[in-house]
Amino acid sequence: MSRDKLDQIAEKEQARQSQFDKRVHCCISTACLSAGAGRTIQTLRDSVDAAPTGDEVEVVQTGCMGLCSRGPLVRVQEKSGEEVYYADVDSECAEELVAKTVSWDQAEAKQQELSPELQAVRDRLETARKKRSLKKHILSPDLPFFTKQFKVVLRDVGYVDPEKLEDYLAHGGYEALHKVLTEMSPEQVCDEMLRSGLRGRGGAGFPTGLKWGFVRREESDVKYVVVNGDEGDPGAYMDRTVMEDNPHQVLEGMMIAAYAVGANHGYFYIRAEYPIAVDRIRGAIRAARRHGILGKSVLGTDFSYNADVRIGAGAFVCGEETALMHSIEGKRGVPRMRPPYPSTSGLWGKPTVINNVETLASVPAIIKNGADWYAQIGTEKSKGTKVFALAGQLTNTGLIEVPMGITLREIVYEIGGDVPGDAEFKAAQTGGPSGGCIPNTHMDTPVDYESLQELGSIMGSGGLVIIDSTTSMPEFARFFMDFCVDESCGKCVPCRVGTVQIRTLLDKIIDGRGEPEDLDDLEVLCQLVRSTSLCGLGQSTPNPVLSTLRFFRQEYEALIPSSV
Amino acid sequence: MSDTGSSNGKQKSKVHPSGDDRYVALDRTMKRFHNEKDALLEVLHSAQETFGYLSEELLFYISNHLHVPLSQVYGVATFYHLFTFEPQGKHNCIVCTGTACHVKGSSEIVEKMSAVLSIPVGKTTEDGLFSLSTARCLGCCGLAPVAVINGEIQGKATPETIAKKVGLILADEMVVQDQEEAG
Ligand SMILES: Cc1cc2nc3c(=O)[nH]c(=O)nc-3n(C[C@H](O)[C@H](O)[C@H](O)COP(=O)(O)O)c2cc1C
Ligand code: SF4
Ligand code: FES
Ligand code: FES
Repeated sequence: MSRDKLDQIAEKEQARQSQFDKRVHCCISTACLSAGAGRTIQTLRDSVDAAPTGDEVEVVQTGCMGLCSRGPLVRVQEKSGEEVYYADVDSECAEELVAKTVSWDQAEAKQQELSPELQAVRDRLETARKKRSLKKHILSPDLPFFTKQFKVVLRDVGYVDPEKLEDYLAHGGYEALHKVLTEMSPEQVCDEMLRSGLRGRGGAGFPTGLKWGFVRREESDVKYVVVNGDEGDPGAYMDRTVMEDNPHQVLEGMMIAAYAVGANHGYFYIRAEYPIAVDRIRGAIRAARRHGILGKSVLGTDFSYNADVRIGAGAFVCGEETALMHSIEGKRGVPRMRPPYPSTSGLWGKPTVINNVETLASVPAIIKNGADWYAQIGTEKSKGTKVFALAGQLTNTGLIEVPMGITLREIVYEIGGDVPGDAEFKAAQTGGPSGGCIPNTHMDTPVDYESLQELGSIMGSGGLVIIDSTTSMPEFARFFMDFCVDESCGKCVPCRVGTVQIRTLLDKIIDGRGEPEDLDDLEVLCQLVRSTSLCGLGQSTPNPVLSTLRFFRQEYEALIPSSV
Repeated sequence: MSDTGSSNGKQKSKVHPSGDDRYVALDRTMKRFHNEKDALLEVLHSAQETFGYLSEELLFYISNHLHVPLSQVYGVATFYHLFTFEPQGKHNCIVCTGTACHVKGSSEIVEKMSAVLSIPVGKTTEDGLFSLSTARCLGCCGLAPVAVINGEIQGKATPETIAKKVGLILADEMVVQDQEEAG
């Protein structure tokens, strides 16, 4: 299909949306759903049907709006674009919300014939109009939770209907893809990415433009693009949210990558624990095929591209790029030595770009707004924004996107709204089992790749868990070590045996049987596993232990009988 | 697994096209991938989805049809945590032990459930009624700690609320059993 046809679809959808006086968005993403969003959206729909009003109101289901701990979340959007957020919207609140947002018209009420069910709803709305509890649910737009964020990747998440290609098009979808296909050479696209400063969001932070450039320069008839949607960090759900709530954005980024490197086929590798993400990505692929966005002649050009989905099967190590590719090939997901890197020998031995979901989801915005626009966000070496799944002992938990370089203090106290109750903020854990703990004495550390690394942690893929004074650090370290013992693939000795030894030492210390020299042994063992393991899993496994030893050594020492 | 095993497998596979309908779905998946070896993981997924778990017969069947050595089928299937080789309970309770849930006390929920059902994690009660397992992040860390009972997510869970839910399900089962016995 040509660009004109897509423009027409986009315009038609925009016109359809703008006929409504009010659009009521209701989040039906996982957290809100489990807080009862299913009932909320039904009540909203019934109430809109029953309310006596001349207003045209549309109730729309959307993805995550960010403040997951206060779900179900609802947003009312006026024709003027003005928006109000409501939190904890149960059925009762939903009725009051509708009763007070629509213009109530008695004349209309007399005309309408209602079914007995809707009449009952109408009666309840009448009562709801007199209640005074709605105010409590309003979230002020001036809350730091909103003002401190900067949305690039999540810009449309929570606005578009993820199951509607038209809605994505109406939000400017596939414009970036069209731009690169018609106005830019593959080389220019790689250069643009390089200039933007975008670095891989899967953890390691490798410059995306550089990676694409390597694959572009490889001579090969067949090349692949792989989207890494394995999201292994147990306590994080950024990539899942983007895939579920705006799947076309990831597909578009993937296709731009494919054009830039000269690939005609690609795979989404999604973990099996994310069935909705799998469905939505598959749905997006089908819709794109139907509209000539995927296939032989993409948007009427001579670029051809196809994408498939492969499902993981619950192995953390499969997030590692070489293991992931083995898994796509139907084998055990065991990593191999690098080099050769996937850029020279990847899937089935062909040059392959493998990128994280969030990395690719950043691409359309960079192409549309330009590398310079992106490069001015963030710090000198870490450009752009980062999405975090903010969790743990905080008042506000959920999904946030912040400019790189923001301080932990701002995230914890302003966005997160501080630790609830009497407990005190103790540390922030980033990077999951491959990362470390940053103590509250380093609150003013800017969040960027280099600063976090200096503190013995990593940026990671975006898990950010806040712990308070009730958590014991040695036990927390053991929690991660348990995870790594389970997840070590067993191919190399330092990781397979070393992780078990580290855990045994931790057990000994935590059980109060430790001896003073154990702490030094622990450190030596960690260094050994770090420097001799084959893949990133083993190399980073010691991080949680080393970082807690560094900043919370006194907690370990306190557990050792003879040293006190 | 020896020769006797494999002849057993062949025998079974002859019966299937006529007997067990569930093999139709499995055959369809294999056909979609042109019986290629690379599709092994997809085929295992499909098998577990339709049959609930991977029995020895199933592994034989897949090995034969994809022309992949049984050792390799077994090696791949056991590598991934998702695949199970035992029948699962009629009901299930999955407790999240991801980081966010861990710091909010999910291990207490696991302990409590293990005691209530008298089974360790990863096992099924003897009467086949309940399976208990753990998961790593269910993606609603905002509501931690989280558990899933029969597919329904329970946010801000406590050992008591989860034990109560499971108790209600078990009580219902008792009533059904009593009725069956009586009538
Ligand atoms: C043990 C291990 C687990 C990993 N898990 C993930 C993951 O879940 N998601 C991801 O995108 N990258 C993961 N990675 C990083 C990938 O190997 C790879 O670097 C990344 O997908 C490249 O994409 P990027 O450059 O866009 O970040 C993991 C690496 C290791 C060593
Ligand atoms: S470091 Fe660990 S996970 Fe990586 S290859 Fe070695 S044993 Fe496997
Ligand atoms: S799931 Fe609804 S706000 Fe995140
Ligand atoms: S850690 Fe339990 S839901 Fe994420």
